[in-house]
Amino acid sequence: MTEHSSSPLLQIENLHASVGGNEILRGVNLTVDAGTVHAVMGPNGSGKSTLAHVLAGRPGYEVTAGRVLYKGRDLLAMAPEIRAREGVFLAFQYPVEVPGVSNVYFLKNALNAVRRHRGLPELDAMDLLALTKEKAKLVQIDEELVRRPVNEGFSGGEKKRNEIFQMAVLDPTLAILDETDSGLDIDALRIVASGVNALRTPQRSMIVVTHYQRLLNYIVPDYLHVLVDGQIVRSGGKDLALELEERGYAWLEKEPAPPAPVGAGA
Amino acid sequence: MPSPVLSADTDLAAAFADLRRRTGGYPAWLGGLRERAFARFQELGFPTSADESWKHTNVAPIARIPWEPVPSDPDAARPLPVSVRRGDAAGVQLGFSNGRWSRALSSAPADFAGIDVLPIADVLRDHPEWLEPHFGRHAAWEKNPFTAWNTALAEDGAFIRVSRGAASGPIHLLFLSEGTGAPTVAHPRNLILLESGAQATVVETYVGEGTTLTNAVTEISVGDGAFLDHAKIQRESPDAFHVQSIAVTSQRSSQFTSSSASFGGSIARTDIGVLFAGEGGDCTLNGLFVGEGSALLDTHTTVDHATPHCTSRQVYKGILDGRSRGVFHGTVLVRKDAQKTDAIQSNKNLLLSRDALVHSTPALEIFADDVKCKHGSTIGQLDAAALFYLRSRGIGEQEARALLTWAFASDVVARFKPQIVREEVERALSTRLPGRPR
Repeated sequence: MTEHSSSPLLQIENLHASVGGNEILRGVNLTVDAGTVHAVMGPNGSGKSTLAHVLAGRPGYEVTAGRVLYKGRDLLAMAPEIRAREGVFLAFQYPVEVPGVSNVYFLKNALNAVRRHRGLPELDAMDLLALTKEKAKLVQIDEELVRRPVNEGFSGGEKKRNEIFQMAVLDPTLAILDETDSGLDIDALRIVASGVNALRTPQRSMIVVTHYQRLLNYIVPDYLHVLVDGQIVRSGGKDLALELEERGYAWLEKEPAPPAPVGAGA
Repeated sequence: MPSPVLSADTDLAAAFADLRRRTGGYPAWLGGLRERAFARFQELGFPTSADESWKHTNVAPIARIPWEPVPSDPDAARPLPVSVRRGDAAGVQLGFSNGRWSRALSSAPADFAGIDVLPIADVLRDHPEWLEPHFGRHAAWEKNPFTAWNTALAEDGAFIRVSRGAASGPIHLLFLSEGTGAPTVAHPRNLILLESGAQATVVETYVGEGTTLTNAVTEISVGDGAFLDHAKIQRESPDAFHVQSIAVTSQRSSQFTSSSASFGGSIARTDIGVLFAGEGGDCTLNGLFVGEGSALLDTHTTVDHATPHCTSRQVYKGILDGRSRGVFHGTVLVRKDAQKTDAIQSNKNLLLSRDALVHSTPALEIFADDVKCKHGSTIGQLDAAALFYLRSRGIGEQEARALLTWAFASDVVARFKPQIVREEVERALSTRLPGRPR
């Protein structure tokens, strides 16, 4: 486990956010240290995906209060592409089809935008080919899919694998996985999870948003947080996941929010 | 009775009188045709918004300008504003400056066996009998005033004849309009004849600068079992006006493809009409129009399934930015006896700004009962979800927009033939999408 002697990678403080005038997040507090994996669970409509999207900067999600510090800087002031270049990656629950743009062309542009931002030389087609070959193995994604238009005609499992493949190529510092397990059968889940596990490093942090405890059998988090009605109502270790599996969320929905921020340092 | 618009324009009548005087040597059929076309043009006048096929395209700006033909020598030495694509071993180019054949813009004469590529002025002078079965017989000058105007006054353009069973390399027609002085008008008139079993590729490119009006007519006859790939690239100046009618008669079991890209001008209108005059014909029309500023880009297509067992495929895409406007009107007419017709038409439009506008009117008129016809039309904006997806991977907003716009166009551009046209359209599109990632 990483020591938290330096400042945390991500600090979410009293985050309130609305979508279309409805307040979804009502004061989220969460601290993520470098190299830690946090699971965020919660019932439908609790705000899990909203949290993921707010962190990635999706337009239409209005932050009404609170702040988010990433590497000590104001994350919410950054455009989505700047967040990505700074190392934030969102694996979408519903990856978007982009007809007419091949995966490899898309990745080349994304990766080189990231590399330029980090002061690294751009990769040419040959370098990229080598890199994508290597990373494609990680999630057992067919190289044929890499050449096809982004997500177009992909099965649900292929789309999710493609997300993790992109994550492997882009090498983020903070990966947010939004219900990456939804719609996956157990074999596909194993492949995706082993891809994610292979990307666990002491430098990389992850927030794994999920509705089901099942995923956490494969991606074992360091911390688990339960989001109910836009607030984190309970934090703990992986034992909490088992308790949730047994008891559901109802018993937590009635509990008041804890008074102090919880997270890696708690 | 002259229309009010034209009665003020005495120069026009003078131009016709001048042409008649200079060209007294024309055979009677041609003289008569010009007389009738000119009378018809005066009768119709410029179209107004009351005319259904010009409802969304107001040509009043064209009618207001006192257009003058360019009397000067088209070879007058002047640095060319465009790169000239010369013919090479595999191809030939005929170039026209303000509507007249220009040696400087042309490659060496074609020396393909069985193929004539000539300035039509030469054919009018030396072999008008070659023209008689076709000239003014494919294009609807009785209906379209611009076509009538051209038919009355056209003096030059390309004559292409591919004789029975012959196959040509690519034939490039370059039309350069320069309106750096007074507003100039040109009436290019092209005739492309493929005899039975012939094969050809013809590319028309329109470029220019200044205030110009290009009023072109291309008549095409594709003989039995012949193959023609026809392409048009129009990228004149933002002040240019461009009107062209392309009239195709397709004979039994022939194949015709059209690849058309329009990049602007003040008004750029293309009418393309295909008549299936023989059974088993096949036509494919692919088009892209890309507007910015206050350009108006108008495409009208008519595919006349007059005979059975013919197939037509149309894909047109429009990209409109700024205050530009697009018009697409596509008619598929299936006549009573045209059983087993298979026709598909699609028009998709992408609006990149709030002030851009497009009128899309697909129209099927079916009088036969055993046919397969489909059409569709969409108007949309860039997909916000896709835009965010790209940005969430580090691609900047402008680049993401350019990438998605490029992707929108790419499937129709990929269909363009020949490859040189595809590449040129991709280059032109790239300059319109400055943020496009590499």
